[in-house]
Amino acid sequence: MGISGSSSFLAAVAIITGLSSGVAAARDLTVVSWGGNYQDVQREIYFEPFSEQNETPILEESWNGGYGVLAAQMQGGAPSWDVIQVEAEELELGCFDGIYETIDWEMMGGEDQFFDSTVSECGVGAIVWSTVLAYDGDRLDAEIDGWEDFWDIETYPGSRGLRRGPKLTLEIALMADGVPPEDVYDTLRTDEGVDRAFAKLDEIKNDIVWWEAGAQPLQLLASGELAMTAAYSGRIFAANETEDRNFEVVWNGSIYAVDSWVVLSGSPNKDAAMEFIRFASLAENQAKMPPEIPYGMSNVDVSNMLSDDVLEQLPTAPANLEGALETDVNFWVDNVEELTGRFNAWLAQ
Amino acid sequence: MLIAPLVVFLAVFMLWPLWIMISLAIRDDEVSEVLPRTAAALADWNGEGIPGSAAGQALADDLRGAERTRLGPAVRRLNSDISGFRTLMARTQRAADDVTDGAPIDLVAVDERWGETRYWRAIANAVQPYTDRYLLAAVDLERDPDGAIASMPEGASANAAIIVRTFTIAGTVTAICVMIGLPYAMLIAATGGWVRNALLLSVLLPLWTSLLVRTTAWVILLQNEGLVNAAITGLGLSDTPLSLIFNRTGVVIAMTHVLLPFMVLPIFSVVNAIPRNLMPAAASLGAPPLRAFYRVLLPLSMPGVLAGSLLVFMVAIGYYITPALVGGADDQMVASVIAFFALETANWGMAGALGLILLAATTILFIVYGRLSRSGAPIGA
Amino acid sequence: MSASLIRFENVSKAFGSTVVIDDLNLDVRKGEFLTLLGPSGSGKTTTLLMLAGFEAPSGGTILVDGKRIDDLPAHRRGMGVVFQNYALFPHLTVAQNVAFPLQMRGVPRGEIARRVDAALDRVQLRHLSSRKPSQLSGGQQQRVALTRCLVFEPKVILMDEPLSALDKQLRERLQLEIRELYRREGLTVVFVTHDQSEALTMSDRIAVFNRGAIAQIGTPADIYDRPANRFVSEFIGETNLLEAEVTGRGDDHLDLALEGGPGIRVPGRCEDRAVAVSIRPERLVLDAPELDNHLDATVDDVVYQGNHLRIHLSCGPLRLVAQSERRIEPPVVGRKVRVSFAAEDCTVLTE
Ligand SMILES: Nc1ncnc2c1ncn2[C@@H]1O[C@H](COP(=O)(O)OP(=O)(O)O)[C@@H](O)[C@H]1O
Ligand SMILES: [Mg+2]
Repeated sequence: MGISGSSSFLAAVAIITGLSSGVAAARDLTVVSWGGNYQDVQREIYFEPFSEQNETPILEESWNGGYGVLAAQMQGGAPSWDVIQVEAEELELGCFDGIYETIDWEMMGGEDQFFDSTVSECGVGAIVWSTVLAYDGDRLDAEIDGWEDFWDIETYPGSRGLRRGPKLTLEIALMADGVPPEDVYDTLRTDEGVDRAFAKLDEIKNDIVWWEAGAQPLQLLASGELAMTAAYSGRIFAANETEDRNFEVVWNGSIYAVDSWVVLSGSPNKDAAMEFIRFASLAENQAKMPPEIPYGMSNVDVSNMLSDDVLEQLPTAPANLEGALETDVNFWVDNVEELTGRFNAWLAQ
Repeated sequence: MLIAPLVVFLAVFMLWPLWIMISLAIRDDEVSEVLPRTAAALADWNGEGIPGSAAGQALADDLRGAERTRLGPAVRRLNSDISGFRTLMARTQRAADDVTDGAPIDLVAVDERWGETRYWRAIANAVQPYTDRYLLAAVDLERDPDGAIASMPEGASANAAIIVRTFTIAGTVTAICVMIGLPYAMLIAATGGWVRNALLLSVLLPLWTSLLVRTTAWVILLQNEGLVNAAITGLGLSDTPLSLIFNRTGVVIAMTHVLLPFMVLPIFSVVNAIPRNLMPAAASLGAPPLRAFYRVLLPLSMPGVLAGSLLVFMVAIGYYITPALVGGADDQMVASVIAFFALETANWGMAGALGLILLAATTILFIVYGRLSRSGAPIGA
Repeated sequence: MSASLIRFENVSKAFGSTVVIDDLNLDVRKGEFLTLLGPSGSGKTTTLLMLAGFEAPSGGTILVDGKRIDDLPAHRRGMGVVFQNYALFPHLTVAQNVAFPLQMRGVPRGEIARRVDAALDRVQLRHLSSRKPSQLSGGQQQRVALTRCLVFEPKVILMDEPLSALDKQLRERLQLEIRELYRREGLTVVFVTHDQSEALTMSDRIAVFNRGAIAQIGTPADIYDRPANRFVSEFIGETNLLEAEVTGRGDDHLDLALEGGPGIRVPGRCEDRAVAVSIRPERLVLDAPELDNHLDATVDDVVYQGNHLRIHLSCGPLRLVAQSERRIEPPVVGRKVRVSFAAEDCTVLTE
């Protein structure tokens, strides 16, 4: 190899290490969200106004979730993200691991300003989103009441769409089997309850089309491939609006969850990050979201600022919360591996 | 001198990830790092009943001082052994914080699960520096309480089935890619000018199309009310629509579509380099076209077919989004299980172990490929 | 010997609108060594490919043993073809290559082995029979290609510039080898080359191609000594091609005035006024008063070429080259000399 050989070796090492360490230098406030339409709206109502008002440039990124991504970021030393919108599981896991900054609720306007389930030690709730039963009103002219009807293939023939994975699926199966929402997780915490959920799923196993991406169930509903499906409520109304669909939503038995803003601990932009979250949690700013995409908002004052038309599409509307179930994060964080293994095995049977 | 960048490249992009993957799959030091006193206290426990109160106290002391960023992975590790361990530890830590260091604590009073042997045994197992649990779990095996290797209970895991399925799907896709790609590559090689460009372009097109657009297109084409079924029923070939999507058929069609370029390009480059006069030579020696093909063109194309097959197969076993989007209940591939462990639960051990299995399969294939292509080596020499 | 084995009748070939072969008529006699000679692009390969069945004529017909072969696919024509780059099958050994045509003909295994060994013996390549073509030298590959052709005893062997990839020494040795094989085996050979000396060395007859048509066909001596036109006289060997005007016509001779004035007398008749005279350099002699024609010239240069001398001369505007044996006293550069040549060594060319 000789002298020039070892010097080019060093050069290569220098380049590689240089690439990874260069990132740690001072950078703009980096905000990470779910991308797509949703982030477009966020840009309009949060990112750009905040940037302008504080003369702080915002660097946007998007991700698809997963605690592994965050854990890897933290293990890599200096993370390159500041503010992240996370799902409840990531909030719970990361808070336990201490990878988020603690929230100063006084600064956010006090805990009373927010719905209970959107308040936590490490994150400020951003939206409440819900998984509902949906069907195409143009194809199915019937009064669908809940998951019992979803299981009634005889009366309402056609395929059913469910998200691939145990989460949501097991809850839905139990509700279809007559378990009231408030007892669903207690039931699932017993072996018999899990068996009962899988047994219920067995009844319609061959009629289920498993979807993975949120856009899929609506496409399949529109094409008639599915007669009924579980789907994310926000997307359904958006499709009715923009694609002139007539999708119907059944709020009874819907399952809702909270997405929150967190700040990665050790962020060099911590103050700006917290300031951003405060800005994105103000009722007058949050109130601009539901007319665009009908998600529930964390700030309790938002509902006063919305028209009834918009309000009735939100998972947080009192009428819609009746018979609804909140995802039990702790149950899923504790059991997701075991139940996923079991779910995969059940699928493979 | 030119070797140096290559060595760096190999080290950085091949050996380093390999080493990471192996160490992820077998290392097991998260728990012993945060619970050193507990580890010491459990060292001479015989694994029967409940360890003495010293162990409980050591655990409380360890938890009290534990650094949260290190406790998290340790707790996830224990939770992946016994679901619920996470909330148990969180509760225990809160209780430990209320007592001072060294003071006695009654853990069973904190949570009655500490009265069960299996929780203590889980900690005792987890404080060993190395483990084979991930590798075993990757193929649905575990160690029973006596330490012997046994199958997991029925219905607990389907990793082995998913791995077999992954290879089956990848093999099927590879075979179909050969059947389509070989004649297609020969066709490209036989043409010239704009026809060749158009043929090449149309096979490369899927590589430049976003995954979502591509899958949506397949859904539109293949669903029950889709174009293909409309054509089939319209032509009277079948009364009821065929299920072409959300099952194995859909997965194989969609994957073949994307992976075809990886088959066509190597075959094309090999076929294109075959001297043009060999087929005329074979004809002049009395070989009818079909025999000339089997005796001359086909064997000479084999290096391309082999390289293409290897490529397609290796890429195919790593697929998971396409099967997830157009597959049915039992078309999930192993990469999606890896993604689950790596992304969702940050269980690097399981992700590493499953990855290692894919890597081992790939390596074996590579060796077979090396053997096969060497046996035909003089072609290039 | 003179029976016609292959006959091209008014064969033409066009690729799109480009006419490559134009109304070709050609006989290949049984047992002869016929060479198609011509510059690159003159249509030799195309002619060969039509004969072998790889290209279909656009017009006319090709007959073998008096039977039209237009509809016969290449693999049933039974012609051995030796390609320019040998076209050996790289994945087969030498023995397998040679066995190939026999396998295609359904020859029993045992007999194949025997015939392959015998054929390789004849070209002294049997010891290489288990090698792959890539492990052979160019000359060895060429011999294998030839053997692969000979082994099935084809009616005729077609070779398209088989030696052009080899260096000069090897090429000359293989020329002799091929010639020797041809004689020993009693073959009929159609041989393509653009190398005129190769053609002269090997052929019984040569067909000189120019732009898709035969400019002249005949024995090497015919072609060399009596070129039919300017193209042939210049393409074959070296010549002094002198423009001339006819000044008088006898019964069997012409009087010509060369450029710059001098008059000569040559045999032949012609109606044209302007003609060309071709005289080979070795026919120009210094100081030979007994010959018919004389020109006064100046010696410009004398070049030694091993076994002979080349003498460059000028005679007014004319530039001449003479070739003579080394035995004569070399002329001094700048000296006036008299150049002489016999009338019958001149060829009058009108085309
Ligand atoms: N396949 C073809 N398409 C178009 N033109 C061709 C083709 N093959 C040969 N030609 C043309 O025909 C002419 C004669 O070619 P060829 O027979 O190969 O000449 P030669 O062998 O005497 O060098 C050349 O001008 C060549 O460009
Ligand atoms: Mg040629």
